[in-house]
Amino acid sequence: MPSIGEPVPGFELPDTRGEMHRLDPAPATVVVFTCNHCPYALAWHERIIAVAGDYGQKGVRMLAINPNDAERYPGDSPDAMRARVEDGDFADVPYLRDESQEVARAYDARTTPDVFVLDAEGILRYRGAPDGDHDDPARNAAWLRAAIDAVLEGRAPDPQETRPVGCSIKWRP
Amino acid sequence: MRVEFLFWAGCPSHPRALADLRETLAQTGLDPDCVIVREVDDESGAEAEEFVGSPTIRIDGIDIQPPGEQPTGLTCRIYRRRDGRISPTPDPADVRDALRAASSTPGGRS
Repeated sequence: MPSIGEPVPGFELPDTRGEMHRLDPAPATVVVFTCNHCPYALAWHERIIAVAGDYGQKGVRMLAINPNDAERYPGDSPDAMRARVEDGDFADVPYLRDESQEVARAYDARTTPDVFVLDAEGILRYRGAPDGDHDDPARNAAWLRAAIDAVLEGRAPDPQETRPVGCSIKWRP
Repeated sequence: MRVEFLFWAGCPSHPRALADLRETLAQTGLDPDCVIVREVDDESGAEAEEFVGSPTIRIDGIDIQPPGEQPTGLTCRIYRRRDGRISPTPDPADVRDALRAASSTPGGRS
């Protein structure tokens, strides 16, 4: 599992149309583990997607990954993921399916959401929650934004790590 | 009045939801310690309890947010606040209204 200051594992995962995505070069990349059925993921969702829109012009990439076991949690099925994408819930952010859960395990992702910010070299610079309160939209994903700002400016984020808060990832039995 | 609070420990919302429920009970003039708290810890228990997610609050057996066709299971429950936001915990105003409705129901105990 990657620690702050260490490189993260690469991956290649399909989006809801079957197109493959990987960690392509970018000045900063946000990898967010999320899902459809968790109220924490949904409460934070608009704030997280807004970050992608606000930082897109600076070349920052965001990839959303759903790793949940869709057999036990059908709300996270590929069809349900596709429906949200088609409804515009993810704007231009690719919504990827981690069917094998190998990527979530490699990142030691624990909850939905769980946010990882990488620098241009693929080094993990921030990991944790988007901000300090899922119930307060005014928090505006402040920890995530601060981490991206720091990476773009070549500084260490403050904080570098926070406790991810949300629903546990639904691992396969 | 019978106030039940069902939770699954795998979802982190239950301490806040239980505190909110007890605060609302107190604000409504009811005993905050009257809550019957039950943990649901496996799928068979969820099915037996018709538990569609954590937390679930029932007043005199009636869910404060009727779950409709949601499947039973061990998961966090989605609530919608009165301002439209999605939340892991119910809107305290919905809890308050459910308590008041039960209090005013003939045969209900306050």
